Amino acid sequence: MYEMIAFYLFSALTIGLFMVTVMSKNVLYAMTSLASAMVLISGFFFILGADFLGVVQLIVYVGAIMALYSFAMMFFDATRDIKEKNTNNALVFLLGGLSALVLVLIFAAPIHSDAIHALYPIHEGAGNAQDVGIVLFTKYLVPFEVAAVMLLVAMIAGIILAGKKMDHSLTKDLDADDEILVVKDRK
Amino acid sequence: MIGLSHYLIVSAIIFSIGLIGVLRRRNLLMLFFATEVMLNAVNIAFAAISHYYNDLTGQMFAFFVIAIAASEVAVGLGILIVLYKKHGSLDLDNLANMRG
Repeated sequence: MYEMIAFYLFSALTIGLFMVTVMSKNVLYAMTSLASAMVLISGFFFILGADFLGVVQLIVYVGAIMALYSFAMMFFDATRDIKEKNTNNALVFLLGGLSALVLVLIFAAPIHSDAIHALYPIHEGAGNAQDVGIVLFTKYLVPFEVAAVMLLVAMIAGIILAGKKMDHSLTKDLDADDEILVVKDRK
Repeated sequence: MIGLSHYLIVSAIIFSIGLIGVLRRRNLLMLFFATEVMLNAVNIAFAAISHYYNDLTGQMFAFFVIAIAASEVAVGLGILIVLYKKHGSLDLDNLANMRG
């Protein structure tokens, strides 16, 4: 009963907040609604018994990724509304229809679901964190290490890309950075 | 009672919202938000299948999806900052300067 109430509440709120994220013109509104929808998605994980995944979702997504976005938004002009030129409707309808067709085909695909059996079953007695730890550090050790190396590479790439000329202001260009001024005048 | 199909339908709806965002957004930062929405939808589907088939593999893949999303954001925001320094805006139409 409580599971049903929680499921419908979380799904309605998540879908509404993601609609705000996709449709809003303001970057600040989009980012706040995205962060709160991610908190609610961790609620889905807690309902499903994936406790460790929910905690990781809270720490990584809400903690790290949204903090990164909000720091990046300080470089861009966040308070101004975004003006977006709409593309032609025929292309949008064509692409939307094609993706809807693909989605229907995926859902209508026959699955022989009786033949699916658990490769790494969830143990009843042990907690979720213990289970995840045992499987992650035995069966998925190599992908785990590769993911760690990939995160290191991404960190170095982010520092190198964003770290050049950090002493220049991006939005106000007081030092008469000629290239940016020329581009702005042309618009 | 809530079954697997409920979760999969919610996941499909959220994925479609992200797809709409990817198709109609012109600002690169908003495009990144839409990709985050799609990745989260896939994570919900993984966790639900992991729960209803009593298998931990779905949760493992969700962890790797989260790791990939984190590194994507780190590299992507660096590229966005470089683009903003060069062009002064994040609009996709201004970046199409090769006219390919």
